[in-house]
Amino acid sequence: MPIQYYIYLCLALFSIGIVGVLTRRNAIIVFMCIELMLNAVNLLLVAFSKVHNTAALAADKTSMLGIEAQLFVFFIMVVAAAEVSVGLAIIVMMYRNVHSVDINFLNRLKN
Amino acid sequence: MSITQFLFYFLTVLALFSAVMVVVSKNPVHSVLWLIAVFFAISGHYILLNAQFLAIVNLIVYAGAIMVLFLFVIMLMNLNASTEPQKNNWLKLAGVIAGGCFLMVLVSLVKQANELNNIAVTMGTGEIGLIKNLGKALFNDFVVPFEISSVLFLSAMVGAVVIGKKA
Repeated sequence: MPIQYYIYLCLALFSIGIVGVLTRRNAIIVFMCIELMLNAVNLLLVAFSKVHNTAALAADKTSMLGIEAQLFVFFIMVVAAAEVSVGLAIIVMMYRNVHSVDINFLNRLKN
Repeated sequence: MSITQFLFYFLTVLALFSAVMVVVSKNPVHSVLWLIAVFFAISGHYILLNAQFLAIVNLIVYAGAIMVLFLFVIMLMNLNASTEPQKNNWLKLAGVIAGGCFLMVLVSLVKQANELNNIAVTMGTGEIGLIKNLGKALFNDFVVPFEISSVLFLSAMVGAVVIGKKA
């Protein structure tokens, strides 16, 4: 597979996430679209790590070049899990105060 | 067309269609279920790239833990299609145009990049995605970030409890 196919797929997924953030008013859906964008970036990181590893394997059969990208993806998942737990707690607190998850109620940031 | 190529196209179409359905579904529960379909498709891509550890972690952490948390919060708030707040159609159109322009600019950029020609992703080979090699790299070169991430989780847990506590 040419690398362009992976780049186009990830760009499309990222853009769908952006469109979701811009067009939806439900705070939980906006949050889910951010997760979608994170996953598009993860897929592209793994694809490029494969490319670099394949190039290095031609010279050295036991090369581990490119393994850092897969560990970056692992750490992105770790940070996303922590982010989701705090973000959903904030959304639940907001729902308790204004009885809605509409982000238009958040634009005042007080009361 | 070989089987890996067929699987690539199938998973790509599945991922894109499910991602669109996440955005257009009126019911938030349906959005969550479509997002789980996206994560399964992306995990399939990881397996095609021989990144087996990341495929399993993606399924366990994202489709398992995070999506259950989302579903739990949505059901706790009793959200459904009738309570869904809607933006007016002009704002939706503006959002779609903005996202489409972003996609168009980046796609034209990639099309012009001649450096990317003749670079192919080989599927089903390579050993960097195996858990043995990833574990060695994680606990030798990346042991400090690994420990810091445990502190991050502790602070996230404390933060979630403090925010969720009735003030």
